Amino acid sequence: MSTIEERVKKIVAEQLGVKEEEVTNAASFVEDLGADSLDTVELVMALEEEFETEIPDEDAEKITTVQEAIDYVLAHQAK
Amino acid sequence: MSLQGKVALVTGASRGIGRAIALELGSHGAVVIGTATTDRGAEQIAEYLKAAGIEGAGLCLNVADDASVAETLKHVQEHLGQPLILVNNAGITRDNLMMRMKDDEWFDVINTNLNSLYRMSKAMLRGMTKARWGRIISIGSVVGAMGNAGQCNYAAAKAGLEGFTRALAREVGSRAITVNAVAPGFIDTDMTKELSDAQREAMLGQIPLGRLGEAEEIAKVVAFLASDGAAYVTGATIPVNGGMYMS
Repeated sequence: MSTIEERVKKIVAEQLGVKEEEVTNAASFVEDLGADSLDTVELVMALEEEFETEIPDEDAEKITTVQEAIDYVLAHQAK
Repeated sequence: MSLQGKVALVTGASRGIGRAIALELGSHGAVVIGTATTDRGAEQIAEYLKAAGIEGAGLCLNVADDASVAETLKHVQEHLGQPLILVNNAGITRDNLMMRMKDDEWFDVINTNLNSLYRMSKAMLRGMTKARWGRIISIGSVVGAMGNAGQCNYAAAKAGLEGFTRALAREVGSRAITVNAVAPGFIDTDMTKELSDAQREAMLGQIPLGRLGEAEEIAKVVAFLASDGAAYVTGATIPVNGGMYMS
């Protein structure tokens, strides 16, 4: 079983079409990984599916980096 | 032109143009889900699809109701697959002169003919963006461009449909999803049978081709827009009106 960090990075790489090694924790989706607004919406949807959670729009807007996505998933994991 | 393996959802498919579209898409191999507002309508759709040997289903759906849209889409995804072709065809008229128009007449037409595009398209886009392929085709009207006395509500909804089409086409083009409209002129359906003989004569005088259109003639254009042959057409409104209005 992969860790949450690995799973998040894999999804980011797949959704944004970038190499996994580019997906560092500090990477910003828009600034560093070239995501546009539609990409970020799709990325959040992919995270919702992978981790079987619903991410409200107001939370989704705050997830702008890989680390923020990891933190969000860790904080909202099904217990 | 093959739509083999594609799942298409056509609203307002129990009769008229919607029925012709469902049959045409099915004839090219699509799995067709036709929707109607009543159980009887849904049964009729299931019957004609079966008679034509088309795989699919007739379902009850009220495009003016959020819960109904969500429930129907869930059922479709679980049992028939993810629809990648959406045909927004369901529409109503509530004609009246502006000075006599009732709130209900205005809001019912806007809700069924325009708000439905928002509901249906939003619900279906997730599947289309994931598939990196999709077709959203909405049925407008010549009235959206040229106007028609007694149809301020209908004309507003149909003109709104064209603007919606252009904006969404820009938004999702990068995912190979095309968004187009077909704007019929006067087509021989129950909707136009309500006209008086005098109205009909006056209308025919305005149509260079000198006749009403057939529902199948709209369906052929919709099928083209749904096909891979139309992959580079997006944000367009295709007039199919016998020449009665040219821009």
